[in-house]
Amino acid sequence: MQDIVMNTEETKLNIRPIKFVMWLFIVASIMLFAAFTSSYIVRRAEGNWVEFELPSLFMLSTVLIIASSATMHWAYLSGKKLNFASQKMALWLTIVLGIAFLICQLLSWKQLVAERVYFVGNPSGSFLYVISGLHGAHIIAGIAVLLAPLIGVYRNIAQVKNMLRLELASIFWHFLDILWIYLYVFLLLNH
Amino acid sequence: MASQVISPEAVHHHDVHGHDAHGHHHESFLSKYVFSMDHKMIAKQFLITGIIMGVIGMILSILFRIQLAWPDKEFPLLEVILGKWGEGGRLNPAFYLSLVTIHGTIMVFFVLTAGLSGTFSNLLIPYQVGARDMASPFMNMLSYWFFFSASVVMICSFFVETGPAGPGWTIYPPLSALPKAMPGSGTGMTMWLISMAMFIASSLLGGINYISTILNMRTKGMSMTRMPLTIWGFLLTAILGLLSFPVLFAAVILLIFDRSFGTSFYLSDIYIGGEALPNSGGSPILFQHLFWFLGHPEVYIIIMPALGITSEVISTNSRKPIFGYRAMIGSFLGISFLSFIVWGHHMFVTGMNPFLGSVFMFTTLIIAVPSAVKTFNYLATLWRGNIQFTPAMMFAIGLVSFFITGGVTGLWLGNPSIDINLHDTYFVVAHFHIVMGCSAIFGMLAGVYHWYPKMFGRMMDNKLGYLHFYLTFISAYLVFFPMHFMGLDGVPRRYYTFTEFEMFTKWIALNKFITLAAILGAVAQVLFLYNFFVNIFKGKRAPQNPWHSNTLEWTTPVEHFHGNWPGEIPAVYRWPYDYSKPGAEEDFIPQTVPLSETVSSNTPHDFGFHGDESQFVHEYYQPKNVSAAVEQNAPQAN
Repeated sequence: MQDIVMNTEETKLNIRPIKFVMWLFIVASIMLFAAFTSSYIVRRAEGNWVEFELPSLFMLSTVLIIASSATMHWAYLSGKKLNFASQKMALWLTIVLGIAFLICQLLSWKQLVAERVYFVGNPSGSFLYVISGLHGAHIIAGIAVLLAPLIGVYRNIAQVKNMLRLELASIFWHFLDILWIYLYVFLLLNH
Repeated sequence: MASQVISPEAVHHHDVHGHDAHGHHHESFLSKYVFSMDHKMIAKQFLITGIIMGVIGMILSILFRIQLAWPDKEFPLLEVILGKWGEGGRLNPAFYLSLVTIHGTIMVFFVLTAGLSGTFSNLLIPYQVGARDMASPFMNMLSYWFFFSASVVMICSFFVETGPAGPGWTIYPPLSALPKAMPGSGTGMTMWLISMAMFIASSLLGGINYISTILNMRTKGMSMTRMPLTIWGFLLTAILGLLSFPVLFAAVILLIFDRSFGTSFYLSDIYIGGEALPNSGGSPILFQHLFWFLGHPEVYIIIMPALGITSEVISTNSRKPIFGYRAMIGSFLGISFLSFIVWGHHMFVTGMNPFLGSVFMFTTLIIAVPSAVKTFNYLATLWRGNIQFTPAMMFAIGLVSFFITGGVTGLWLGNPSIDINLHDTYFVVAHFHIVMGCSAIFGMLAGVYHWYPKMFGRMMDNKLGYLHFYLTFISAYLVFFPMHFMGLDGVPRRYYTFTEFEMFTKWIALNKFITLAAILGAVAQVLFLYNFFVNIFKGKRAPQNPWHSNTLEWTTPVEHFHGNWPGEIPAVYRWPYDYSKPGAEEDFIPQTVPLSETVSSNTPHDFGFHGDESQFVHEYYQPKNVSAAVEQNAPQAN
């Protein structure tokens, strides 16, 4: 009997710390990109910096990721209203948009290569590849996080439990969206 | 007892071990000792791995100390042990650099970061804030196994053909970025980077967990200002790690691209063997900025847990409340904040703008203020205390001594004008070994002696503990203090045979002296190892609360089980430093004792009242006759 009482005590307690863990992970991510963008500024100030046009496809990828944030929110709202069909739909859309974003980023790298900006060469180009590449790696991780509530819906796990997964995915995904907007604006201002 | 089991796997596993005497453990060997998710077991795993790494780091230092003391002598034994790295009984110069590098890396990261924070944060955070376990026990387990893998990779780098990494623990490019630069820049360096990447993952997983647990899982009544100072230390340490390790990760990623993919983040205009490399446009100074943005907070990541442990140990064993509890928290916060804006003092001689240098000097010297607050508070806590000289207390006092000695030389090095002379000399070696190495390791040892009964349910031997303390304390000073004078004379660090230079030949005698003192120090650690490992099995059974301490961990049963408290988690009614409270029956009142049970010792302050005492009325408050209280305290004050 005591076992059961304690277990519920623990699950009740555990939701807040786990959400908090996600926020702390985001803080670590922010520091990672802060390090990259500040080294970009420091390095750029030292001169010998080849200037080039940012790939025009970045605009499209920005639109795609903002759209995916909207569908993410839709999934969250449907989850809250226990509307499983639209939650499934919205999560699928978010994942598809995320993959489209990744493809778009790859195509913009192709644009860069066409412009003769290579990964190996002047650091101005290398930085662009590293920054967008690591953001892309985060997107891949984000898609993995999105799969958790989606699988939860298909497996019919308790919605209370799945809501936590959904909330975590939603926090992380919106963060990735805002992160990309920051990086894009940063690159627009500093190139 | 079976009804007290909390962990769900305990119900399902029936793989009971015959030798497992505790009836309430029904876990398999693998889930109990190896892939454990219990914070206490993970703490022990961190501690023992940390100790093993510490012993390895110490042996490496003895090896290069032998080279420094007897640069011309042949030791055939070296060839037997080291093979081609000790050909002809002489240490290989490239291997010397690797020894210095790996000694630094192991001590800074593996022993004093993971070994110290990993052990005591894991052990004490759930215990002292009153939680059943960490926010995410799974992440906690992952954190240990990342750390373990990082250690294995680091040690394995000794077995590759070109030897372990050799560019120094700060791995400055270009040495670290060009695999062909020297033997230590080859495969060993790659393994160093892989190992550190795993180490960073481990630190972040651990740190995120510590912060989340402290902020979200405190028991009823455990407000932030009722937390023991250990927890404050661990909290801020974890926050520093969370903010600074990702920056090192960024630096390491760029370095890996430079090494293996041919980018030029840190490389420019380099010739190897007369041939120009294609790299252009990189800046090695950029790496130093990124590295020291981690590197400086890192030294506080090392020292703050030690300071937290010391606060607890000194207060408990002085039988007095810690002096200036809020000032201690304030100084922790001050140190944490300042640690992020001082990294430039490692780079005074990189051609930094002198104005920027003086800004960094200013912020650096301000750190002396919170550090001095801590020191004076320790001394004031000791002042007229009823001091119990347990081994833990000796080591805690040792920390205070080293913290003062090493801190004072920090003031010298923080001045750019003096640093230009002392940079990269033995003065720097002396400074950071005393203030960071010795202080932190003494704090860690204080913690081990103090919480050993809690970790293993048995007591360590006190006499061996005292001997260990005195030998370590004396040898540490004998090793590092003379290095100040070598540094003032301009002796550069990291040199294989600096005594070959005519101006430094006079230091050979001192080098021998230092090496002998270092060997004495190493032998003293054998006492500790014996005391530690033998008493896990043979030590006297520990009582519930051996040091008469107030904090929550001593209210848990001596026997461990997952979940810490058999019944409900106790609530907390007071701060953790009610030692020798006037009017109290005993000289300590645990945090779990409600104010209603201590009417004779309650003060208006305990109820949050800070005005005129005679105005205060409360059912649990007994106004004291002032002269009677003084009389009562007279024997104690003597």
